[in-house]
Amino acid sequence: MSAASDISEKPKRGFRLELKTVGPLLALLLLVLLGISLNENFLSYSNLTNVLARSSFIGIIAIGATFVITAGGIDLSVGSMAAVIAGLMIMVMNWLIPTMGIGWGVVLAGMLAGILLGGVAGTFNGLMITRGRIEAFIVTLGTMGIFRSLVTFLANGGTLSLNFDVADVYRPVYYDGLLGVPYPIIVFALVAIGGEILMRRTAFGRHCAAIGSNEQVARYSSINVDNVRLLTYILQGLLVGVAVLLYVPRLGSASSTTGVLWELEAIAGVIIGGTTLKGGYGRIWGTVVGVVILGLIGNILNLQSLISPYLNGAFQGVIIILAVLLQRGKRT
Amino acid sequence: MIIAQGTPAPAILSANRISKSFGEIPVLFSIDFDIRPGEVHAIIGENGAGKSTLIKILSGIEQPTSGSIGFDGQTVVLPPNGAAESMGIVLIHQEQNLAEHLTVADSIFLGRELKKFGFLEVGEMRKRARAVMETLHVRIDPDARINTLSVADKQMVEIAKAISRDARVLIMDEPTAVLSVGETETLFEQIRRLTARGVAVIFISHKLDEIMELADRVTVLRDGQWIATVGTEALTPDSIAQMMVGRELSNLYPPKHEPDVDAPVVLGVRNLVATGVKDISFDLRKGEILGFAGLIGSGRTAVAEAIVGLSHRDSGEITLDGKPVNFTRVAQSVEAGLAYMTKDRKGKGLLLNMGLRPNLTLLTLKRHLKAGFLDTASESRALERAVRRFDIRARDATVAVGRLSGGNQQKLMLGKTMESEPDIIIMDEPTRGIDVGTKQQIYHIIAALAAEGKSIIVISSEMQEVIGLCHRVVVMREGRLAGLLEGAEITEAEIMRYAAGIKQSGHDERSV
Repeated sequence: MSAASDISEKPKRGFRLELKTVGPLLALLLLVLLGISLNENFLSYSNLTNVLARSSFIGIIAIGATFVITAGGIDLSVGSMAAVIAGLMIMVMNWLIPTMGIGWGVVLAGMLAGILLGGVAGTFNGLMITRGRIEAFIVTLGTMGIFRSLVTFLANGGTLSLNFDVADVYRPVYYDGLLGVPYPIIVFALVAIGGEILMRRTAFGRHCAAIGSNEQVARYSSINVDNVRLLTYILQGLLVGVAVLLYVPRLGSASSTTGVLWELEAIAGVIIGGTTLKGGYGRIWGTVVGVVILGLIGNILNLQSLISPYLNGAFQGVIIILAVLLQRGKRT
Repeated sequence: MIIAQGTPAPAILSANRISKSFGEIPVLFSIDFDIRPGEVHAIIGENGAGKSTLIKILSGIEQPTSGSIGFDGQTVVLPPNGAAESMGIVLIHQEQNLAEHLTVADSIFLGRELKKFGFLEVGEMRKRARAVMETLHVRIDPDARINTLSVADKQMVEIAKAISRDARVLIMDEPTAVLSVGETETLFEQIRRLTARGVAVIFISHKLDEIMELADRVTVLRDGQWIATVGTEALTPDSIAQMMVGRELSNLYPPKHEPDVDAPVVLGVRNLVATGVKDISFDLRKGEILGFAGLIGSGRTAVAEAIVGLSHRDSGEITLDGKPVNFTRVAQSVEAGLAYMTKDRKGKGLLLNMGLRPNLTLLTLKRHLKAGFLDTASESRALERAVRRFDIRARDATVAVGRLSGGNQQKLMLGKTMESEPDIIIMDEPTRGIDVGTKQQIYHIIAALAAEGKSIIVISSEMQEVIGLCHRVVVMREGRLAGLLEGAEITEAEIMRYAAGIKQSGHDERSV
């Protein structure tokens, strides 16, 4: 950092800071090495793209969650929100078929509806938290239940299925790609790059960290705390919409079990990546690494035969606790 | 226990050739220190002199790198994490360590609750808490929640807590930094009561007059070195100050340059009513330093926050350069060239976990945008300028601001406020808890700003500061203007008379 001349540039605790920065990367590297040693198929192109494509839904949501958490908030509703958006998207597309016919028009209308619905849901969460002055945990716990119940109601307890012909048109959005890279991965990468720039290089990102670090300081520094907070929830909602429009073509259906526990996976990815749960510091690339780590654990368990893949959740849990333990050790 | 005057009792707690390093950085060099029962021993020194580290070692929170601790004549290793409290060594922190949501009685017995069959004896604890309060002659309801108490009352609770633990050595880190004159007097009475019972009191303070009044002996530290330990009777405030900074402090306050008599009014306040403000009117002229004196809670901060839009204004009129304004958000007042610098630098002023640069530019981030993106190079240039202008000293620019000394934090906050290039600056307790050397720097900066034509309001509980620095002084009492002093009227006695309500400048609306 090129700072003041009479301030020495040499960080005294360099090694520790380094470790904190590269910790998640180191963990990722270890996992990859483990994967290679267990199964030669691990490094195959199809396996890696498969893992990344599956991780991209959680990843895109987790990038939104990084902003929310950095600003000192939390959004528990994202999994249920994804389910209800998926359900409504499917209903909108099915409903539009008689007027628009089968084709990309319907699909694009559905995508647009998905993103808009995400924005609306995020705005609702954000307004309740900032204008209603209710704890984020409570608001999003409430909407988590509301959204989950709504999708069950809309599906009448069963499954909402996209019209088969439209699903055919839509399917390439998940299964195809550009130059062999599946679209979900491309979108994930674009959202990550955009998120990193937003966090690191804009006033919005700086304001998120300031609010999460100390809301009073932010207020006294003429930051519109409520608006920045609201924006993080809207952004979160929009990104849930983006994730869903990539997810729907995968199965072409939505049910009450869609997106179950996504909120926890997203939060776990954020925390493993080095963002502090109580806010004040966040990094997008760390979140990306965290989400990929979670994806790889499941993948590696599937590729070997020693340990039951049913223990996936246990391993993820251990990693989360370890990540936080290491973070704490480095903050004296 | 009564300690006869003149015959030094054996030390209860002593430090023998204590050194301390954090990593490679030495902060204390071979310090000798001791305290006897019934004695008040003050530790003074500039920020970064090693005072806080020394008391942390004396209370077991930090272990010395070399040297030994003596307790009751025996060499001991003090247990860490505050466990030395069980030996009767109690540290009262600068930042008060009370759980805001507990009651007073809960706080006093925290960690050693009275229990019967595993259940809390709530009634008994309340009774004893009340008894402790009575021995202190303070009236605090044992059932009151900590967050409803004033800062001074919280401190009394801390002292009550210490007493109920049979403290033999009470260590206080700047106990008076946040107290008003009256509250300080009450605290000193408590300390005298404690010493009369044989309790040894170690305290850190930056206020030399307090040290002269209270302490029996004074130990001066400078740059981690022991400079002197002397009986207070042999000292004058000047000689202490000189030992602290190692240089003459002849001109603590810069000479006053009165603003022109016909200087225009830049800020006018008429009949302001807001939370904590009952009715106040005053004018601030261009190039003027206007002091705001009064007891803590008299509404000085509330006035400032209502003016800049941090708190809601019920009624009244505010004019800037003659034009009426109505700020509802801080951003608007900053835009208009009116900046407020909070007194709570750790809670409201600075992001302690972040580096110098993001802190400096937080208020004015918009100025460092290039095509919508942050221009970190421009931020770094701003930091370079501020470091030079305000003499901010830090190991490196990435060090978390929370690790800077109070004086450097204050200068950084001043730099942050000045980044918005305000014409009017309201500084709330601009020198709270910082050393004499830095105070002097800040006084000169304030005077220089006024000479440049900036107009400044200084809210301060340090009477000397108001007297030494300000052209006129508004004295507030219970949300109202109690008096306005000018020129030779600005004396300690006169300010006190208005602040305490002995004298009042008529109930007719005297506009200033």
